[in-house]
Amino acid sequence: MNKIRRINPVIRQTNLPIKSDKIDRRVNVKGCLICIILLLASTVAEGFEFSLNGFLQGNYSFNTASSSPDGGDLKWAEERIQLKLDISNEQLRLFSKTGLYYDNIDRDVGVDFREVYFDYTGISFDLRAGRQIITWGLGDLVFINDIFPKDYEAFFSGRPLEYLKLPVDALKIGLYPALLSIDIVILPFFEPNNLPNRQRFWLYDPMEGISERKELKPSKSLKNTEIAMRFYRNLAGVDVAVYFYRGFYRMPSAEPAILSGLRLFYPSLSVYGVSLQYSALKGVMSVEAGYYNSREDREGTNPFIPNSSLKFLIGYQQQLWEDFTVTLQYFGEYMEDYSEYLKTLPEGVPKMRRFTDLLSIRLTQLLMHQTLRLSYFSFWSLSDGDYLLNPEIRYSFTDSVWASFGAMVFGGGEPWSQFGSLDRNDNVYVQMRYEF
Amino acid sequence: MKRFLVPFIILFILITSVYAQDAREIMTKSQKAFLYAGEDLKVRVTMRLISSTGKVRLRELTMLRKNIGPAGGKQKYYIYFHAPADVKGMTFMVYKYPERDDDRWLFIPALNMVRRIAARDKASSFVGSDFTYEDVSGRDIDDDLHELLKEDMLNGEKCFVIKSTPRKADVDYAYRVSWISEESFLPLKVEYYDLSGRPYKLFTADEIETVKGFPTVVKRTMKNLQSGHRTEVVFTEVDYNIGLPEALFSERFLRRAPQKWIK
Repeated sequence: MNKIRRINPVIRQTNLPIKSDKIDRRVNVKGCLICIILLLASTVAEGFEFSLNGFLQGNYSFNTASSSPDGGDLKWAEERIQLKLDISNEQLRLFSKTGLYYDNIDRDVGVDFREVYFDYTGISFDLRAGRQIITWGLGDLVFINDIFPKDYEAFFSGRPLEYLKLPVDALKIGLYPALLSIDIVILPFFEPNNLPNRQRFWLYDPMEGISERKELKPSKSLKNTEIAMRFYRNLAGVDVAVYFYRGFYRMPSAEPAILSGLRLFYPSLSVYGVSLQYSALKGVMSVEAGYYNSREDREGTNPFIPNSSLKFLIGYQQQLWEDFTVTLQYFGEYMEDYSEYLKTLPEGVPKMRRFTDLLSIRLTQLLMHQTLRLSYFSFWSLSDGDYLLNPEIRYSFTDSVWASFGAMVFGGGEPWSQFGSLDRNDNVYVQMRYEF
Repeated sequence: MKRFLVPFIILFILITSVYAQDAREIMTKSQKAFLYAGEDLKVRVTMRLISSTGKVRLRELTMLRKNIGPAGGKQKYYIYFHAPADVKGMTFMVYKYPERDDDRWLFIPALNMVRRIAARDKASSFVGSDFTYEDVSGRDIDDDLHELLKEDMLNGEKCFVIKSTPRKADVDYAYRVSWISEESFLPLKVEYYDLSGRPYKLFTADEIETVKGFPTVVKRTMKNLQSGHRTEVVFTEVDYNIGLPEALFSERFLRRAPQKWIK
């Protein structure tokens, strides 16, 4: 058997097609509806400000390298309406962001409760309860201490960037004593990353022959409640943060099931991390590191569970001239107990490197009074030799209408490496939005 | 002859340096009146970006500003965007330092993400308008050499006319000439000239109101004379000395806009 989930960093490991279904969000639909009703009811209350905004969106992505595995020409084709409802006063806020969409590929209508939460702002503490999106850390499309779920399918399909982040159903507590600020996030319901869909994406699957797969998420129990903490403050001009997480890997691991087939599961994980961001060399420097403690395989002897690892990044951003910004970033991951990994690595399975890295560059030029944006983003792995390129042009036709055109190009490396495995999934995409 | 020449030169240097000193003093007073009025400021800003063909784009924001120390010193800015719709809810924070690059942070609500932004270029456009960051938050007095050219009347007001030449080539103009009101010390008109000496941009203070004893430019225009693009700015709900807490200028409130201050 295989040790596919050995390295579990960032966007890595999209090469294992685990899920073919859309993210299942039915569980909490009831809760979301109750929140919205509460939201509406509270409009009656006095002293609240009410606002309703949203957008109409068309988002289409066309294959350019080859048809999808199911024979289709499209990676994504969706019309969507989003409504943002915000009711707030100085202390309380109820917010919901709900999407209604039509998926032209699966000919499917769906509702997406993207955010539905309740906020309380006190003098030295605050609360946010409900479905929310949380982003921590300093990485540019790489995540070390941001252990919240991601939707890589969205990113690789050319959806607007905000869809890379999946919401969590959580309670977030902010504490603000004099010396530092503290965020505590309690996540009772485990949410894995969303990986590209097998019907739409060509993916490397070392166990293609085994179609019987059972996904096992951590059960909902007090013991399995995830907790994430962030301690942060500005120290002499440096934004310093320390992070802690206890929960699970959001990428599944695979092991043979007792009778037959594969069991997909999410091993226990703790992360300890730190980040620094400050002005230097006429730009902004970012440094972040995190130790991933694979709690179910501390010695690295279990071939089905990722080894512990150390991840770090160094980033630098500078504005070279008016409205032109360059961001460079180097990300690395070092696997612990590599000799154990080699010892237990089954024959015929591609060998991961002890050290893998990723170099990224982002160029952004704004033109025509910042209504035209030209951008270029690329990942390039020095260790694996594969890459992702993402050029994009976005123009705001008016204050309420914009469109962007871009491309996602993958290649290089090996058929099983992170972006190399996505080689046949190149696509060009268009996003159009009317905002109100 | 020599006997007269030396005192003459000394006198000339004295007079010109007194003039230069005067000009610097006037600009310092002007900066205080224009950008440091009160301990703090809250204002709703509407910007109309108008192209040469008459196409209009709107930017609406609430700006909070707090002085840290005396005029000419450190300031903290907090900006909340109301419009256009695609940036509604976005917040922006600046720690302004007179002698070095600002620290800037941006909060993007769709990702619930705070980002520090590289801010080398104070002379770059503010939200795509004809105003630069420096026009919004000011330029260090000693970054320019100031000369008093003359006194002049403008719209019935007596003005000092001051030429300011940047000491370093850190801006996109060669020099600017400001008409500073002798009464309020507000700039009523500023002409910018490009490197070949042609008129480049024109700032005009179109309406002044006194709020809590502070004369305030509530309507202003910056016009790019070469492209024909202009930006009209209107201040409403201006208020000074409202007791903005310094804790407001923090990541906590960047992520969670304080309703009390931004409405």
